[in-house]
Amino acid sequence: MSGGEYLAAAYAVVFAVVLGYVAIIAAKLQRLQRETRKLLELARAQPGEERRSAVYAGGVSEATASEEPPSA
Amino acid sequence: MTYLAAVAALTQKDLRVELRARETLPALLLFVLSTLVVFHFALPEGAGEGAAYGLLWVAIVFTALLGLARAWVPEQEHRVLDGLVLAPCDRSAIWLGKTLAVLAFLLAAQAVALPAFALFFAPLDGAALAGVLLADLGICAVGSLMSAMAAAGRARELLLPLLVLPLAIPLVVGGVGSAVAPEPDRHLLFLVLYDGLFGVLSWASFEYVVTE
Amino acid sequence: MTASLRSLPGLALLAAVGMGAALVLALLVAPEDADQGVSQRIFYIHVPVALTAYLCFGLGAWKALRLLWTGEQRYDLESYVAIHQGTIFGLLTLVTGSIWAKASWGVWWTWSSNQLVLFLVLVLFYCAYFMLRFSLEEGPRRARSSAVYALFGVVLIPVSFLAIRLAEDFIHPTVFTREGPQMTGTMFAAFCAAWAAVTLLAYVLYRVELAGKRLDADLRELREALQ
Repeated sequence: MSGGEYLAAAYAVVFAVVLGYVAIIAAKLQRLQRETRKLLELARAQPGEERRSAVYAGGVSEATASEEPPSA
Repeated sequence: MTYLAAVAALTQKDLRVELRARETLPALLLFVLSTLVVFHFALPEGAGEGAAYGLLWVAIVFTALLGLARAWVPEQEHRVLDGLVLAPCDRSAIWLGKTLAVLAFLLAAQAVALPAFALFFAPLDGAALAGVLLADLGICAVGSLMSAMAAAGRARELLLPLLVLPLAIPLVVGGVGSAVAPEPDRHLLFLVLYDGLFGVLSWASFEYVVTE
Repeated sequence: MTASLRSLPGLALLAAVGMGAALVLALLVAPEDADQGVSQRIFYIHVPVALTAYLCFGLGAWKALRLLWTGEQRYDLESYVAIHQGTIFGLLTLVTGSIWAKASWGVWWTWSSNQLVLFLVLVLFYCAYFMLRFSLEEGPRRARSSAVYALFGVVLIPVSFLAIRLAEDFIHPTVFTREGPQMTGTMFAAFCAAWAAVTLLAYVLYRVELAGKRLDADLRELREALQ
């Protein structure tokens, strides 16, 4: 190999490693995105905190309502 | 209880445990002697004394690793460390006590191994012995901290050599240099510097790795 | 955190432009070295990458010190990410240094290049850092153990450097020498530009990875809160 080829190899290695690193970060971001979506679905599936406390405050006795942690 | 009394009590505890159980010291002795025999067959004919000194240092480092791997096992098995951490003394005393105990085991093993080395391979002069002593200090100081760190992990036997070996490379340089270099003073001075630096660092940071 | 992330796209752009400019300066503008010829230009990537690795290790140790000092857990991730960056740049230093050694001396590895040997020791040391981290259970104790190990790292750098210099006493004396800083003005300018660009690039990557890691931690907490 000539000097020029070694030179190209050195710069290419740095470029490739940085590129690979960015690709890994991108893959992680995708995973985080999926995770966020799952959590969002989970949050939507659960009855809202406000609704629950509204039910307690409306109908049930004082004692039950005070068991509920303060949501606001 | 003063600091030194606490350290002395902790060292004594380790030595007494060893005297009763006789687990570590015989293993260290047998290991270092077997290693020397292996070296005889590993060294090609005419490899010279220089190579033998190098291998002596491999033996010393690995013997120390063997001793260090066992260092916190009694504490781990009986959950003594949690109690020691709560004791009303400075936590660095626990580190110092352990360092001295491991150093005592290592020196005892070397009291046999070094004469054996001189008999089998090559003579050791005063500077070489001073190098061994100083490097022992350094590797025990750093190693007992690293061993405490590794002991909390899942793969402690596997982890300890990985943690200690890169840190032991300067010690090997200083140790081999004090045995073979034309002017060993610089190497001994370097070992003193290493011991001072890493001794203070280990002493100061031990508290952080054992408290929850 | 959102406020600090706002500067990130601008910084990333600046890093990209800086890398481009540094490449032009290093590969086209800087004059060819009389002795080594074209392969001397590896210098403009090898040395900045090495200096950046030191910087990352230093940053990691500084964050580790802050963690031990203040006990604030956010420094744990910052220290970890900085050391992660440093290890990647350290590996790059080894690879580019090895290529340079082959180009100028005809061997892929030489123990007489102190810089390469030092980086080998450091990369081994910091790889053990990750082993330690993955072996311990997550929590304040792992954070403190990692921090202590990171602090040992910055002390080990000068000590190892000294040791490797001392080892020349009895391991074969230096045969190869790389000419010292006999750089012309343009060469020095190209080197400085490359150094600044690589440092900026490392900083941007550090911030991006840190943001991702924090997001990950937050999401995990959120999941626990929802379940």
